[in-house]
Amino acid sequence: MIRRILATTVKELLQLKRDWRTALALLGMPIVLLMIYGYALSFDVTDIRLGVVDQSRTQASRRMVEAFLKSGYFVQRAVLDDSRPLDDLFTTETIQAALVIPADFAAQTSARRPTSILFVLDGSDSQTANTVLGYARQIVASQIGSLYGVEVQVAYQATPLVWYNPDLKSSIFLVPGLLAFILMVSSVIATSLAVVREKERGTMESLRATPIRAIELLLGKTLPYLLVGSVSAAGSLFLAWALFDVPIHGSLLWLAVVTLLFLAGGLGWGIFISTLAETQQLAFQLALLSSMLPTLLLSGFIFPISSMPKVLQLVSLIVPARYYIAALRSIVLKGVGPDAWGINAVALIIYASIVLLLATIRMVRSL
Amino acid sequence: MRMLFNMLVKELLQLRRDPRILAVLFIAPIVQLTILGYAATTDIKLVELAICDLDRTPTSRGLAEDFTASTYFRRVATVDTQDALDPWLASSKARVAVTIPAGFSADRAAGRTGRVQVVADGSDAMVGTLGLAYAQGVLQAASEMEGARLPLELRPNVLYNPDLLSRYFMVPGVLALIILIMTMMLSSMAIVRETEIGTMEQLLVTPLTPSAVIAGKLVPYALVGVVEFLTTLAVVLFWFEVPLRGSFWILALLTAPFIVCCLGLGLLVSTVSRTQQQAMMISTFVVMLPQIYLSGFIFPIQNMPQIFQWVTFAIPLRYYVTILRGVFLKGAGLEVLWPEGLVLVGLAALILSFARLRYRVRLG
Repeated sequence: MIRRILATTVKELLQLKRDWRTALALLGMPIVLLMIYGYALSFDVTDIRLGVVDQSRTQASRRMVEAFLKSGYFVQRAVLDDSRPLDDLFTTETIQAALVIPADFAAQTSARRPTSILFVLDGSDSQTANTVLGYARQIVASQIGSLYGVEVQVAYQATPLVWYNPDLKSSIFLVPGLLAFILMVSSVIATSLAVVREKERGTMESLRATPIRAIELLLGKTLPYLLVGSVSAAGSLFLAWALFDVPIHGSLLWLAVVTLLFLAGGLGWGIFISTLAETQQLAFQLALLSSMLPTLLLSGFIFPISSMPKVLQLVSLIVPARYYIAALRSIVLKGVGPDAWGINAVALIIYASIVLLLATIRMVRSL
Repeated sequence: MRMLFNMLVKELLQLRRDPRILAVLFIAPIVQLTILGYAATTDIKLVELAICDLDRTPTSRGLAEDFTASTYFRRVATVDTQDALDPWLASSKARVAVTIPAGFSADRAAGRTGRVQVVADGSDAMVGTLGLAYAQGVLQAASEMEGARLPLELRPNVLYNPDLLSRYFMVPGVLALIILIMTMMLSSMAIVRETEIGTMEQLLVTPLTPSAVIAGKLVPYALVGVVEFLTTLAVVLFWFEVPLRGSFWILALLTAPFIVCCLGLGLLVSTVSRTQQQAMMISTFVVMLPQIYLSGFIFPIQNMPQIFQWVTFAIPLRYYVTILRGVFLKGAGLEVLWPEGLVLVGLAALILSFARLRYRVRLG
């Protein structure tokens, strides 16, 4: 049995070696992608394009504008006389936000009367808009003391503290999710053609003529890619640590264990698809649709699962990346042991077993 | 011309013969859009909260009640010591922990500011950041209740999406993503499939010119693309009720070059690959993923390093996402979106001529 598994493994590896483009894509792409996206992707909003309408034209109003520009978040892109031509600037995306300081601003503040500033902003990207609004509120609040000449005493105040990612850097939060995403897509895609290719090329008959059993064929097809996947996972994690300062607080052993479990599930799913499809084209579609978008959107990688509708939270239970990302963040960023993330590992085991079982059943039928 | 027509018929027949592909082509996008449209939300509600009240006075309990009663938090734990907060944050069962220190009510009674410690889980930076902001909002509201109103106020006026619903922003983006994935998947297999199955030779001995083969492959897939666009658009409009503020015709007009771009990219992949597996790898990793991440669909382009901002100019999806959001949210017309449309037409022409060139190389 072992010999037959090994024979298939060697055959697959040889095939991979001959097809160096695929091998390179499988081995190198995860690393390259992680490098690019780790640098490129961020939710940290800076350089917000600001339009300024200063109807007051006083020292007080200029100080307020200055405070916005000096904050480091805003850059001035337009200075306007009244608020009428604002619309065009917004539709052409020349500016994202506009600060409108009313004509009586200086009079009101020097008389210590309450007043307000109008802040127009492009809400189409709600996430960015929320952040921008937060910055603007902070800046305005910070100017109250000097404008009104009094310190305003508030009743309650927070001493904020952020754990695990003190600077709230998006890269530290995104890189583990990105890793899961890349591994999932590459593992499903790697094996999704494994069986259907033999069918389409007509070599399935020769396989049937050999004494190989379904489980042996399954393992023989999975093992080489498990090897490739582990190597690129290790490489990516190393990069995450070396380039993006993602601190690896937890145990490397646990990290390896959950990564292997996750890879096994992904590869098994790929094989299952491969036994299901009649053509490589269909296998490709099924593989991509079942791995890429769900892992991108339903795993908690970017969009928090707890904010989704209840039905979708249920759907996300069958997305394995959900468990892997949770475990990865716990191990890598929080450095906690299995008591905190064990449930996710169990879920990964269950997922991998079910998927591999299904794949074996289908494999028996196609052999 | 008749040759081309025959080629078209052959491709359509091939599509029809494989009912599963058709099912995937038309049902999958709708299912995907429905599910993903709901999933792609950055509207974070009910952040999980753990409270540690060390003061244990009516004042501190009142403030804790303010947190629980707010629509932003869901209290999952109330503990007695600060150490007991750790496991809640470590297991991600709580995302924000609030500690009301001993002596809190004494400070308030003496007229001093009552300070509260708020700890956010930074491992999910999105939830952590908002959780922190929400907590500050609750404290500010509590302060204002006690009469400490700030004299200077920022009055926000949010354009295009006044309720700041992320759905309005994300759902049109998912539509673009689905068109990209579905059309590219079809066309990236188109030529390499013939090579792999061994029918390429037969195609070569027919009097079809390379352009006719390419057109014959593309036109049926373009039809599929148009149908996908219309069905997913219907879901966006009638199921998600994302308002279409601009004109449908302008959207349709600008969608055409995008579909051609996607098909052309797929075809290009198909001509450079030797096997279908290669085609799949290249189209996924080299073409689709960079487009998804660098298009501004999820991650704002302005946050990227300058060099990546330049790279995004070569990405068709970038222009299409801008077009979709412009037409949907801002009601923009051609007078605003003509540059994007023009670039898409240019890219489509460029990509197609490249594919045509590669195809000839393969012939020789």
